[in-house]
Amino acid sequence: MPVRIQPEPFDAGAELMALTSGRADIGASVTFVGQVRDLSGGEKLHTMTLEHYPAMAQAELERIEAEARTRFDVQDIEIIHRFGDLTPGDPIVLVIATSASRQPAFDAANFVMDFLKTNAPFWKKEHGEDSGHWVEARKSDDAATEKWQRR
Amino acid sequence: MSAPVTILYFARLREAVGTPEEQLSLPDGIATVGALVAHLADTDEDKRFAFDGMDLKFAVNQEQADADTPIRPGDEIALFPPVTGG
Repeated sequence: MPVRIQPEPFDAGAELMALTSGRADIGASVTFVGQVRDLSGGEKLHTMTLEHYPAMAQAELERIEAEARTRFDVQDIEIIHRFGDLTPGDPIVLVIATSASRQPAFDAANFVMDFLKTNAPFWKKEHGEDSGHWVEARKSDDAATEKWQRR
Repeated sequence: MSAPVTILYFARLREAVGTPEEQLSLPDGIATVGALVAHLADTDEDKRFAFDGMDLKFAVNQEQADADTPIRPGDEIALFPPVTGG
C-alpha cells in the first residue's frame, strides 16, 4: 500500500526491504523518517498528540504521491504517517522513494515531505510542563512548498 | 427538505468551538464556504470568537477549498487551522 495512516509504529528497514527486495530495476532508494524531538521552543516535551482528518488525510497523501509520480521518474513511493499519542524519539512519518538513479528518488522524497507539511490535514499538540499547546504552522514550510511551483 | 451539510472542526478550532462535528440545513442564499462561515459567526457568538483572528483553512468533501468554493446540500465542509503534520 503506497499510503498508510496508522497509530502503530513502523519499521523503516522492513518497509525499505519490502519495496526493494528482488528488484533489479531500482538503483537508488531514499528513506526519510521524521521523529518527535524532546525539545520544542526551548521547552522539554513530554508527549505529543497528532490529530488528523482521516478521510482527507488519506486522499491528500494519495494526491501528493500521484503528483510526485508524474513529476519524477520513480519506481515507487511509499508514505506512512502516524497519529495519536507519541513520545520523544518516536517515528512520526516515513517516506520512501525508489528510482533507477539517485536524483529522482531524492527529489520525490523532498517533494512529498514539503507538500505533506503544508497540505496534509494533521495537527500536533505538544504537552510539556504546561497543559498543552497546539504547534504553530511555520512560514518556512510554506516557502519550501512554494519553491516547487516555479519549476 | 434538502440534505443538511456536515461541518467538521479540527485541532485548536475544534476546542474553541466545543464540538468536532455538526449538521446544518443550508439557509437560502448560503452557497459558498465563505458565506457559510459568515453565517456561523453571525448566529453563534462562540464561533465568532473562535474564528476571529484565526487563519482559517477549508476543505469541501475532503479537498482543499477556499472562501469562494461552492457548497451544496449533503457536502462535508471542514474548518481548521493551518496544518502541522510531518
